[in-house]
Amino acid sequence: MQPNVTDIWVYLAQTPLLWLTATLLVYYLADGAYRRVGQRPLANPVLIAVVVLVAFLTMTGTPYQQYFDGAQFVHFLLGPTTVALALPLWRYAGRLRRMLLPLSGALLIGSLTSVLSVVVIGRLMGVSDAALRSLAPKSVTTPIAMGISEQIGGLPSLTAVLVIVTGIIGATIAQDLFDRLRLNDQAARGLAIGVASHGIGTARALQMNAEAGAFAGLAMGLNGALTALLAPILAQLLGL
Amino acid sequence: MLRGMTVLLVCQLIGEVTVRTLRLPAPGPVLGMALLFGILLWRGAPDWLDQVGQGLLRFLPLFFVPAGVGVMNHIQLMRTEWLAITVALLASTIITMIATAGALLLFLRLTGRGKESGYAAERD
Repeated sequence: MQPNVTDIWVYLAQTPLLWLTATLLVYYLADGAYRRVGQRPLANPVLIAVVVLVAFLTMTGTPYQQYFDGAQFVHFLLGPTTVALALPLWRYAGRLRRMLLPLSGALLIGSLTSVLSVVVIGRLMGVSDAALRSLAPKSVTTPIAMGISEQIGGLPSLTAVLVIVTGIIGATIAQDLFDRLRLNDQAARGLAIGVASHGIGTARALQMNAEAGAFAGLAMGLNGALTALLAPILAQLLGL
Repeated sequence: MLRGMTVLLVCQLIGEVTVRTLRLPAPGPVLGMALLFGILLWRGAPDWLDQVGQGLLRFLPLFFVPAGVGVMNHIQLMRTEWLAITVALLASTIITMIATAGALLLFLRLTGRGKESGYAAERD
């Protein structure tokens, strides 16, 4: 008897092996495509990998939870890799120390701008108040953003999605935007990416330049804590 | 490899426990990063740690993919307002980047440190 394709599928769909392998394979191909087209922003490998995997899961009727059971092994590495961001940061500790005051000021302005601009523009575009509350913390790393969203009455799960979309947008446009503005200072580039688009932006900044990556990692961490303090106050001021 | 990974995980673990004990508004790994930064300032970075760290950092974008796929759970939720939301996110991201970078360059000039801009940072 020939083994049935459905039987094999049923077996594979239940082990972590299939979705773990699929995640690595799709990302590997997406990254290859990204390099082949000369690292064009819209070919961002995270964006391509997410779109391909979502399409594939939807086609096969696989629930996200089942996918995540396999992919969680990749997801887990986010933690230790975030800790490892201390390494590039340490390498630029000298410059960091000399820039302490300007850095703090820029972080504060960036953090305020991020929350205010998205709420004001969203409101002008007719976005509902519930969605605006979920949008407010979109620039900070997912676990902090979800906590803030809950605190100000948004939907944490919607916030998680908006955070990731923001990260992908930031990673996609950053290089082009900076080139157009003739912004060549790597610390300023990194800080801007980290404040506006957290970890996904930081990952992109690390590929652009080691110093930019160091400052992006710093900005991501500090902006998260700062936004957690500022967002509830801003939400009140904005009448959310 | 084993030593480096262990150090990273220990920092993360201490970070997670501290965040939960003190109810800090930061995720455990970010606090772990701060802790490791402190250790590096004190002791420097040995090769075995640097190798593991750089190895992981090269693949940082990949590690966001599983969470990113979670978007599929909310496609319905985004359907009605997706255009307005996307425009708001795009515009806000651009404005935030310009404001942050602009503020930093301005403050660097005001504090007389602007001339350092563009120089490569020195290793100690």
